Amino acid sequence: MTVTAPPREAAAPPPPARPSAGRRAWNLWVRWWRRLTAMRTAIILLFLLALAAIPGSLLPQRSLSQSNVAQYFADHPTLAPVLDRLYLFDVFSSPWFAAVYLLLFVSLVGCVLPRAAEHYRALRTPPPPAPRNLLRLPDSGRLDTPLDGMAALDVVEEELRVRRFRVVRRGTAGTDPAGSSGTGAELSAEKGYLKEAGNLLFHLSLVGLLLALAGGKLWGYEGSILVVEGDGFCNSFQQYDTYSAGPLVDGEDLSPLCVDLEDFRAEYETDLTAASFRADIRFGGPDEEGEARTIGVNDPLRADGDRVYVTGHGYAPTFTVTTPTGQTFTDVPAPFLPTNQSTMASEGAAKFPDLGADADSQLAIQGFFAPTGVVRDGILTSIDPRPLEPQVALIAYQGYLGLDSGRPQSVYAIDQEQIDRGALEEVGSANLAVGETLTLPDGTAITFSGYSQFAALQVSHDPGQVWVLVAAIAVLVGLLAMLLLRRERVFARAAPAPGGGGTVLTVGSLTRGGGEGGERFTALVDELRVALAARAPASPTPPSGGAHPDPEVPTP
Amino acid sequence: MTVDTTLADLSDTLFSVSVGLYSLAVVAFCAQLAFGRRPAATRELVGAGAPVEPAAPAATGAAEPPTVRRYGVAAMVFTLLGALTHAGVLLFRGLATDRLPWGNMYEFATAVVLVAVVSFTVLAVRRPALRHLGVFVLAPVVLSMVGIGLFLYAEAGPLVASLRSSWLAVHVSTAILGFGIFFVSGIASVMYLLRLRHDARVAAGTAETGGLLDRLPAPAAIDRVAHRTAVFGFPIWTFAVIAGAIWAESAWGRFWGWDPKETWAFIAWVVYAAYLHARTTAGWRGRPAAWVNVVGLGVMIFNLLYVNMVSTGLHSYAGV
Repeated sequence: MTVTAPPREAAAPPPPARPSAGRRAWNLWVRWWRRLTAMRTAIILLFLLALAAIPGSLLPQRSLSQSNVAQYFADHPTLAPVLDRLYLFDVFSSPWFAAVYLLLFVSLVGCVLPRAAEHYRALRTPPPPAPRNLLRLPDSGRLDTPLDGMAALDVVEEELRVRRFRVVRRGTAGTDPAGSSGTGAELSAEKGYLKEAGNLLFHLSLVGLLLALAGGKLWGYEGSILVVEGDGFCNSFQQYDTYSAGPLVDGEDLSPLCVDLEDFRAEYETDLTAASFRADIRFGGPDEEGEARTIGVNDPLRADGDRVYVTGHGYAPTFTVTTPTGQTFTDVPAPFLPTNQSTMASEGAAKFPDLGADADSQLAIQGFFAPTGVVRDGILTSIDPRPLEPQVALIAYQGYLGLDSGRPQSVYAIDQEQIDRGALEEVGSANLAVGETLTLPDGTAITFSGYSQFAALQVSHDPGQVWVLVAAIAVLVGLLAMLLLRRERVFARAAPAPGGGGTVLTVGSLTRGGGEGGERFTALVDELRVALAARAPASPTPPSGGAHPDPEVPTP
Repeated sequence: MTVDTTLADLSDTLFSVSVGLYSLAVVAFCAQLAFGRRPAATRELVGAGAPVEPAAPAATGAAEPPTVRRYGVAAMVFTLLGALTHAGVLLFRGLATDRLPWGNMYEFATAVVLVAVVSFTVLAVRRPALRHLGVFVLAPVVLSMVGIGLFLYAEAGPLVASLRSSWLAVHVSTAILGFGIFFVSGIASVMYLLRLRHDARVAAGTAETGGLLDRLPAPAAIDRVAHRTAVFGFPIWTFAVIAGAIWAESAWGRFWGWDPKETWAFIAWVVYAAYLHARTTAGWRGRPAAWVNVVGLGVMIFNLLYVNMVSTGLHSYAGV
């Protein structure tokens, strides 16, 4: 084997006439690996990542809204399937999006790990020896002092240590052949190791963030359900209206949490801006009395890793249906979905499959609910989200609902197909205020008996999110350290003054990161001069009228 | 909660006053550039004997005749006064509605532009040479303000329920800060690219010296401004995104859901990360890196305008 250090491995050693196949494969691998972990590749991958995210915001996404995707399919029947095959409706879970960010993270790890090793070595080795010609450094200057070399360097060392530099002294310490000690002695100092540490923390925390995100996706789940006041639900996938769960979630294993909605209140400002939504709930284990709590927007319930949110609300008008045979269903609530958030005009349906004697005498109500209704030309509209004057507009159908036909249908609408094929027949319509009744030709009476409110509740479980937060904070801390700190190296070398008696100190510095290196260096040199003067023996003032420092500071 | 209409009207008046003051600043900055041209040209003549040395741009500030310097000072004064009345717009909005004045797009965009003006003012006070960039910062500012006033204006009103959270102060304030700083950074990169192109043309003999662009600071200095401001803005933006995620977790039930606004915030973050990397990578330094910064500003503006006005997402509030 040649060298094991990563940076210089493929440095073409004159190859033996034909390297073995394995060797060539290895070389190829090394070449590609180096190409992948190069910074310019990382920049390209960053761009690809940004580009890849764009379609996710311009096209409807299944993860955000199934119905928008369905609408897109309806609007673009030829284009949509093609886009779908390219995963453009699931961009953020698509293989090509994953390919980009996984490559980026491999590149990042391949770049950062060697740097971490290098940084670890740098931490354990003293600052490097001073370069031969300090005056060639970006910032440099000379200082004259009557002190002898070692004493002058002592002063510099002390000053630098106060500024939290790591200092190492090299060179002939005191054993100089002729006279003054410390000629040619030098000093190297370095600080700002945390800058590189911050850099590494930033990049590695990004990896941590990705892992935490992935963990949350694998073991997390989310379920949504509409709950009318007075009702409740328990945490199980069978009960939710919709749910999504990570591949490693065991449906049997959900935390035992039941929630009852006791009361829901929406409050409005005078200009009808929604001011607050509050849901009084009771939560606890399946057979417990439960603990009372009020939750709302920006204020979810957090219990043992599960969170319960109010994600929406609406009205559920209640109907009382009495058949000619005397059978009565009292105050059946039917959640209507708001179609306009500012007036809370809502649409929905109520279905009564078990009303008549047979499957062909089922009853359904398609309706429009206005919390504050105004009827103009027979058309009901809503003008206020508050329930000041609730009214419903109803269309009643009788016939076969098709609920057991095997075709899934929405609870909020009647299956249009059943109407089209004549299985359901319109038997009456009316605008009703609370307490009013629509009587159908067969004598069935439908009374709009009142309303309840419902809340759309969502239960979320994401074991990864705490770790995502931790990683994000680490990302930020690393970023701040990386961008705000600067890595500075300061070198000094002592030489006897040309006239004899005293020392000329040559000082130079190298700064990485941050600006104003020149100004900081000037300040440092000034302070060194003051410190040297303070230590200088008071009586023998140098004849030249003090030091002749003249730090040559190039313009920044 | 009722809206104090007197204060709200005062805020609207101050908005117009700010636009006026900024316009005056643009005129004064223009005058400073235009009338400062002659001495630059004469110096060119003198320096014509020296073959390689270009006219030292750092010297322009010192060599300015007093009339021109007076224009520069007037421009800065107008800018400062404009920034004060501009701050007043937000202050009285906030007092009129008794809440933080960034609850809708009008207020948000107004605050972003204020941050941009303040960042430029700070830079220009610290480095007088950068005042020559003034017209190129203030002119987009005036255009933005006019656009905001015409298309984004929203009556003072209370916040919708979902915005009533202390995270509004944290998330939206930092987003405004980050955006305003990136605004200045992006303009600096645009000016850097223009200046480079101009210098190349001058070198090729297809353009004459003595134009407005010659009065700008040296390309390297402009590029440094772009980089420094981006370095300053990036952690702020990172924090804004993280704070947004924390808020989203308590408001929407998940910390990240690829809502259009989130997606574009992510894209902007990635682009600025690419810029900071490009700035230190051989082959990307200079022009290509500056282009990345310009793209970053484009993404930020797209995120504000397109995502709020065209697409529908959870960040759509108060009509716009």
